[in-house]
Amino acid sequence: MADNVTPRVRVPRDATAGEEITIKTLISHPMESGQRKDGDGNVIPRSIINRFTCTFNGETVIDVTLEPAISTNPYFEFQAIVPESGTFEFTWYDDDGAVYTDSKDITVG
Amino acid sequence: MKSLFKGGIAAVAILSAFAANADEEADLVINEEIEITVRTDAPAHVENLSTIYSGWVFRSTETQALQMDDFENPGMIFVDDAIAAWNTVEGTEGQSCAACHGAPEEMAGVRAVYPKWNDEAEEVRTIAMQVNGCRTEQMGADEWKYDGNEMLNMEALLASVSRGIPVNVAIDGPVQAMWEKGRELYYTRFGQLDLSCANCHEDNYGNNIRADHLSQGQINAFPTYRLKNAKLNGVQGRFRGCIRDTRAETFAVGSEEFIALELYVASRGNGLSVEGPSVRN
Amino acid sequence: MKLTRRHTLMMAFGSALAAVMPFRAFAAVEDNIAAFTGGAAVGSEGITLIAPEIAENGNTVPIEVNAPGAEAIIVFAAGNPTPSVATFNFGPMAASQSAATRIRLAGTQDVVAIARMPDGSFVQASQEVKVTIGGCGG
Repeated sequence: MADNVTPRVRVPRDATAGEEITIKTLISHPMESGQRKDGDGNVIPRSIINRFTCTFNGETVIDVTLEPAISTNPYFEFQAIVPESGTFEFTWYDDDGAVYTDSKDITVG
Repeated sequence: MKSLFKGGIAAVAILSAFAANADEEADLVINEEIEITVRTDAPAHVENLSTIYSGWVFRSTETQALQMDDFENPGMIFVDDAIAAWNTVEGTEGQSCAACHGAPEEMAGVRAVYPKWNDEAEEVRTIAMQVNGCRTEQMGADEWKYDGNEMLNMEALLASVSRGIPVNVAIDGPVQAMWEKGRELYYTRFGQLDLSCANCHEDNYGNNIRADHLSQGQINAFPTYRLKNAKLNGVQGRFRGCIRDTRAETFAVGSEEFIALELYVASRGNGLSVEGPSVRN
Repeated sequence: MKLTRRHTLMMAFGSALAAVMPFRAFAAVEDNIAAFTGGAAVGSEGITLIAPEIAENGNTVPIEVNAPGAEAIIVFAAGNPTPSVATFNFGPMAASQSAATRIRLAGTQDVVAIARMPDGSFVQASQEVKVTIGGCGG
């Protein structure tokens, strides 16, 4: 498992019904591409986050397939609709099988 | 053949012109809250400059934007790591940074005056030396490696809580001898390329060295997250890179030469805001 | 074999082409695009790709894609050793079919975004991003 992997997300705390909100996510991860070599000329094995998903109350907002061309510390920004109060769930899937999650509640007032 | 050569040279020149796409007039406000001074009058002791500029103004619009919101600044990842270290008890004395200093925000203003004289040790200390002083003398913990990850993370945290505060490094009194040593190093040509710091960063800032837009080499914004290596970079590591690029044997990180140079270069930025962790190319 | 002027010219031309055209890379991105589109015709309306004209460093290049109504948008870096970059699949809770991220580019090249629309059609946008080579290794 990659060291020190910390997911972080930015979601507004509240919204009006049906509002379109912007979500930003950043996860600390080296995204080792598998293209690089170490000092002895050996290929450093690929180790990346290969999938990221965001759902709201169980329904998909976005589902991203990542390749090694995504930069270190993957960043995503996208928009979601908020019809009602609920919970955003965020999931990152690592090549090594590790899964990192975060969630944010939002209140429709 | 002749005309082909001419074409080749013209193409290179045009590329350089394109590369200079920084918005040098832009202002930096972080999180729509922290106003950063990125250009101001040069201090009197910087005889050859009239205005000093943060390296931020020399970067492209896209790179500039990465520093305007902490969420988008990858350097802030390391600040989070340092907050955890700040609160961690280490060493034989059962102390953490927080045990003496409270919240990291209590350290606002500290980064702005380093390097500075330490009376007890009777030496000029960089902020990294002071952190290690705390670790060995107060905590009974091991030193962190100078410019190692833990140290750079902590330097980023200490910088982050001082953002917006003007750099104000003392140059006289007990530090004067080191400051003068630093100034001498700044103007000394090194290496096979026979370049001093001043040749690039005083005589040619704003010009391109190949496709790189030369800054004034200010260090108010360190540590800096470089897109090139996707990690935090320290002041003295950067000095090392610069001197190596002149094809010289470099001084070691933590050496007296680099402490003197850091003091002098820091003082050239007196009046610019503390800005780290910054984002650079 | 006797070298005629024509032969020599042809050989020079061939080697010049080999030197400037990364054939394999182009073939790879075309294969990748075909895999996504199934070989269908690709239009150019209704998709935008925002990328810098010049990237200061190829390690971290911000891009943004937007294709209103799309089911999915796939992004390629045509000149990378592995052209695939990312696929964005949009669900019912997406407020727009747009996303921004940061990508790695091995050098100056075209970035290509292709959207699959609900009716099975495809639209494409591309932009060249120049990746500068710095003067200072630092």
